[in-house]
Amino acid sequence: MNGPVLFLPLIALLPLAGFLVNGIFGSRLPKALVTAVGLLAPLGSFLVVARLALMVWSSSIALPIIEPNAPTWISLGTLHVDFGSVVDQLSLVMLLVVTGVGFLIHVYSVGYMHDDDGYARYFSYLNLFLFFMTTLVLAGNVLVMFIGWEGVGLASYLLIGFWFQKPTAASAGMKAFVVTRIGDFGFLIGIFLLLANFGTLTFTEIATKLAANPAWTGGILTVTCLCLLLGATGKSAQLPLYVWLPDAMEGPTPVSALIHAATMVTAGVYMIARFHFLFDRSPFALSVVAIGGAATALFAATMGLAQNDIKRVLAYSTISQLGYMFLGCGVAAYSAAIFHLMTHAFFKGLLFLGAGSVIHALGGEQDMRKMGGLRQKIPITFWTMTAAVLAISGFPGFSGFFSKDAILAAAFQQGTLGKALWAVGVLTAGLTALYMFRLWYLTFIGDSRNEHAHPHESPWVMLGPLVLLALLSIGGGWVAFGGRFYDFLAPVTGPRVESGAGSLEYILMAVAVGAGLIGYLIALFNYKPGSARVAPEALAAEPAGFTKVLAHKYYVDEIYNAVFVRPLLVISRYILGWVVDGAILGGAAWLLGGIATLGGAILQRWQSGNLRSYAAWLAAGAVALLLFVLLAGVPHPWSFSLFRSLTNFQQAGH
Amino acid sequence: MNFLQQDVPLTWYLLLSAALFSLGVVGFLIKRNLITVFMSIELMLNAVNLSFVTFAHQWHAVKGQIFVFFVMMVAAAEAAVGLAIIIAVFRARSTLAVDRIDLMKL
Repeated sequence: MNGPVLFLPLIALLPLAGFLVNGIFGSRLPKALVTAVGLLAPLGSFLVVARLALMVWSSSIALPIIEPNAPTWISLGTLHVDFGSVVDQLSLVMLLVVTGVGFLIHVYSVGYMHDDDGYARYFSYLNLFLFFMTTLVLAGNVLVMFIGWEGVGLASYLLIGFWFQKPTAASAGMKAFVVTRIGDFGFLIGIFLLLANFGTLTFTEIATKLAANPAWTGGILTVTCLCLLLGATGKSAQLPLYVWLPDAMEGPTPVSALIHAATMVTAGVYMIARFHFLFDRSPFALSVVAIGGAATALFAATMGLAQNDIKRVLAYSTISQLGYMFLGCGVAAYSAAIFHLMTHAFFKGLLFLGAGSVIHALGGEQDMRKMGGLRQKIPITFWTMTAAVLAISGFPGFSGFFSKDAILAAAFQQGTLGKALWAVGVLTAGLTALYMFRLWYLTFIGDSRNEHAHPHESPWVMLGPLVLLALLSIGGGWVAFGGRFYDFLAPVTGPRVESGAGSLEYILMAVAVGAGLIGYLIALFNYKPGSARVAPEALAAEPAGFTKVLAHKYYVDEIYNAVFVRPLLVISRYILGWVVDGAILGGAAWLLGGIATLGGAILQRWQSGNLRSYAAWLAAGAVALLLFVLLAGVPHPWSFSLFRSLTNFQQAGH
Repeated sequence: MNFLQQDVPLTWYLLLSAALFSLGVVGFLIKRNLITVFMSIELMLNAVNLSFVTFAHQWHAVKGQIFVFFVMMVAAAEAAVGLAIIIAVFRARSTLAVDRIDLMKL
């Protein structure tokens, strides 16, 4: 291909190099060098992507870009899988988010993790994550995407359990890995089904084959879609596999921002958008995506209402917002879902980083009941967080407003089911505003409820990313103004769902904003300084009634424990552990060992060490051989001559 | 010479040889003293030598007599090495009883 050199492989390989350098030599390098390596790798990736985006912007290069002469991985008969990078509009947007927000969070981490012993290890894991995430995004076929998919799961596991000395962190990492593995199983089955039905794993070829058979809908395509959806459900923390994400908050806060808010958890949305041509052929699968997304959005938002850990509120908020994205995918508004993915990366990344700044200021305190009054103490964190809260609540003009509105408007167009889902979405929007302003009031407003703490503003290396993300959270929504964003994505995800007549669009907007306003007002009356709910005794009281159910997260963890984990443990311990391992395998090993030992004990008697018994056996053997030769008459030259010498000696005398 | 050849049949030589060999085997098995055991081995070797010579004479073949020289040579070497070992064993353990030289026992 003639044209400018694009350095596509560098996007993934630079973070890999950073991982290797910091992972192997990090502990022996000076801290400044570790920082330099850890930051330059994602910065390099971002610059390559940004240069690419500028070239696309100035129309000096046409999308999609398919890397020529990519190294082959598998070549079997008609199946061909290579490592080539493919950049189209969808992956370009995703790459900008991943490397851009990723780089900002790397910078923030320099401040946040400054005093941690595992500084180099942290940056090597973070770079490893970026390597796998960019691999996932750039993949031109499902199999390479699956490598990235599993790889980000590995990085997520490593980073959730980063403080592995803490038992809760270690088990949270394991939980995340095991729960997402259930989804990965579905993804893998989906890949096999694709291979069986299309004979290829390349996205473009699958799309071409589908386009050649316009009548092919439902059936096996629905099954394939549902399998892929299971994968997306696990990775993107949707019902019923969302349980790992709140626990994932055990990891360092920048990790929560990068992996468990901005990028990795959105991989499921990206995957569904990538496979939209497949989902478009299965209305049933799309309905499942939409209903699952809306249900998750509402369910998680209600749980977020009653959490007291600042990071857990944000975790449930993330699950809820991911539900919105699935809802968008489910009503075939893929570009709106990707748009919300992008704005969510900005404001949720910012919320987590802001929460990290708050935790940093309070020396590790995460309980909102022990915060309050931080507005004056850490003003920059306060103002950036406020921007993010307004954005996620859908305040007009802020980024979340545009993207959430686009999804809700698209849902409203989809018949009766769509209208029901729209209603759920609007309700969730109200709840979102409620729990976000609850967090905002409890954390920043009123008087400090923590007399031990001496809050201090974070260093600029942490505030810089906050300010940049705040600007993106405020202004990021305007890229879609006039539908430009959707038109940009249209070559990949198809034309956007028309939002109907102009007046209807404005009415829907008004309803969503109104819901947010009601949520805010409820938060205002309940949590403003001086109200009964923020009184110390009210905060200390055990929650009762439905709030208690919410605070215990609907007891889902307990139910899963009783239904899945305990039976599995019982089966593992008793059936597999005792019967299979202990009785069958152990018994077989014991039997074989016993036979050998017994045989040895018998044969040992021969090896008495008594020279004369050896000699006796030798003599007895010789006698036995002699008798055998004589009596059996073995036709052997020796025996023949011996026989003749013994029988013919009479004539021999001459 | 003829007298011997004619009057003493081959069988007698062989029987003598077998008797000597059996004595050697029995001595080897029942004697406790290492030197006696060693002498029993010599006895067995010489019993075999006798049968070699007998057959060599019977078949007019010189091969048997050559073998006898080989056996005598090996026996001489064995005596030299064997006696040296016996002396070493006696110095180390102050006994020559075969039953008690059982360090290699498991």
